[in-house]
Amino acid sequence: MRKPLIIRILSALDRKAWLALGIFLALALVAVPALHLLVPEGSPFHVSTYAITLVGKIMCYALVAVAMDLIWGFGGILSLGHGLFFALGGYAFGMYLMRQIGTDGSYGAALPDFMIFLDWKELPWFWLGSDSFGWAAFLALALPAVVAFVFGYFAFRSRIKGVYFSIITQALTYAAMLLFFRNETGFGGNNGFTDFKRILGYSITAPETRLVLFGLTALALAATLVLARWLVTSRFGRVLAAIRDAESRVMFIGYNPLWYKLAIWTLSAVLCGIAGALYVPQVGIINPSEMSPGNSIEIAIWVAVGGRGTLIGPVIGAFVVNLAKSWFTVSFPEYWLFFLGLLFIVVTLMLPHGLVGLWKQFVAKRAAARGAAPALVAKGASA
Amino acid sequence: MSATAELIHRPEGSDGGSQLGHLATGELDLSHGVALYLENITVSFDGFRALNKLNLAIDDGELRCIIGPNGAGKTTMMDVITGKTRPDRGKAFFGQTIDLTRLTEAEIAHAGIGRKFQKPTIFEQHTVFENLELAMKADKRVWKTLFAWLSGEQRDRIADTLRQIRLDREADRPAGLLSHGQKQWLEIGMLLVQEPKLLLLDEPVAGMTDDETMRTAELFVSLAGKHSLVVVEHDMAFVEKLGGKVTVLHEGSVLAEGSLATVQNDQRVIEVYLGR
Repeated sequence: MRKPLIIRILSALDRKAWLALGIFLALALVAVPALHLLVPEGSPFHVSTYAITLVGKIMCYALVAVAMDLIWGFGGILSLGHGLFFALGGYAFGMYLMRQIGTDGSYGAALPDFMIFLDWKELPWFWLGSDSFGWAAFLALALPAVVAFVFGYFAFRSRIKGVYFSIITQALTYAAMLLFFRNETGFGGNNGFTDFKRILGYSITAPETRLVLFGLTALALAATLVLARWLVTSRFGRVLAAIRDAESRVMFIGYNPLWYKLAIWTLSAVLCGIAGALYVPQVGIINPSEMSPGNSIEIAIWVAVGGRGTLIGPVIGAFVVNLAKSWFTVSFPEYWLFFLGLLFIVVTLMLPHGLVGLWKQFVAKRAAARGAAPALVAKGASA
Repeated sequence: MSATAELIHRPEGSDGGSQLGHLATGELDLSHGVALYLENITVSFDGFRALNKLNLAIDDGELRCIIGPNGAGKTTMMDVITGKTRPDRGKAFFGQTIDLTRLTEAEIAHAGIGRKFQKPTIFEQHTVFENLELAMKADKRVWKTLFAWLSGEQRDRIADTLRQIRLDREADRPAGLLSHGQKQWLEIGMLLVQEPKLLLLDEPVAGMTDDETMRTAELFVSLAGKHSLVVVEHDMAFVEKLGGKVTVLHEGSVLAEGSLATVQNDQRVIEVYLGR
């Protein structure tokens, strides 16, 4: 019998995975808020604002990493421009946050400060509707989707593959960065958007607002993991992996790879847009450096470190690399890039399946060791 | 125009909504008993005539072997039939109505012509079962595939095919772990679940053991009747076992046609094979 879709989506994860997801959500939605609000600041159990912002930020990165894994790990397409989609989502939502400042800016004007600075008298046309939360949320999804769809359509239709595709995505995000650096583009130039005051009328720095954003990010990450798991276990996911492994054969049995690639590519971009929109209010700033080529390469490193094609690996990779980064950039700021490079080399040479692969190897070895013992006994008995 | 758009804006009178995912124009009509009809096909590459006024007719349900020395045009002929190469001149019809020279490769595949290439190409990371699932006749557009669910009937079909290609015990193994002969069989199975009317098989027993070769011959003989088969092969023991009509190609056109014994005794064929 045909099972309802919701059952099929729910059964994409096994019991252990649901348990892990449940624990994660309980921590993010109950434990962290309680430890932040109810436990006094001096206590060792208090969760600081710094920790919440840091983990919230990394969860956004983890969401991007899962989006990257869909296209790279399962689609075999390495994008080195995913930072662009993340930034577009961030900018789209940032426009709304800029408008929420209202007349509380340094110039006390209705227009955002940078426009006053440029001596603009009114909002440019593309800022229309930016005072609406709904429109901003819509744009954060639609903008990355449209850019990804148009770019992907031409790239995939021309059958651009492999390293050529990766290089073009690098160029794309670099070009966008240069565009956003210009003051005349109308997005605050190299300063970008910052000094946010409110979101939906609530103070953006209030502990409750931070916790709500933190919880929403955790929910978005969890929902993305479930959606992604369902996608890759559906027939769609199997066609995608088949395109990765033998594209011409897929065409020959009657699938058109263009639409499959385009679908996962666009979805991946939309997920990045969601992550960007959640990132900006928590971190309090968005500027063109998010589109720098290095940022996009770093996303690929998170996925590689965690283990591509595993979905959970990229989440682990995003946490490990970014926690290391926040420690390094405080303790040894000048060595961070060396460490990142070293990490990439080590993972590429020694851990082709990332940390998740290492763990699986370990489990398999232990199982083999345990399985070998009874076999020896049996052999001895028969002899 | 995109494939999706073509599917949505299907011109009236074309193959109807019943065969979703099929891009073919015109219904397959085998009422006159001819599955494939090639007339005066000529293909030149930079002045070299790969096919030279080739004429060939395959009956519905027939099992035909094509033999010939290297460079005789066997693979080019398959390329013309599957839309990979366009002929300079000549007609190529599938049944009475489908003009193969006007369709793309995917459209020809959907119309009911399945092709097995020389080198087996299967999805090595997928299980044997999944390979067949992906190949199976279905609506192959993104949205439909996303929500696709195997019906009991489809599972039975895959199970039947697995038995037919003797891989029922390997169903859950990654296809990459199969032996070379088993990979060849899996690819044949992937053709079968597409339910083509005409199968083109390019050296299907290359790399198989003698035992596997004989079993493949039995499989092909059992398929004839329901499907039309065109087999290109060098292995004469295999051709003999298939027992059908044999066509000898030489320098892009038909040199001789008839039973294996007839063509083997044909003086011109002997000259071509043994040299002058």
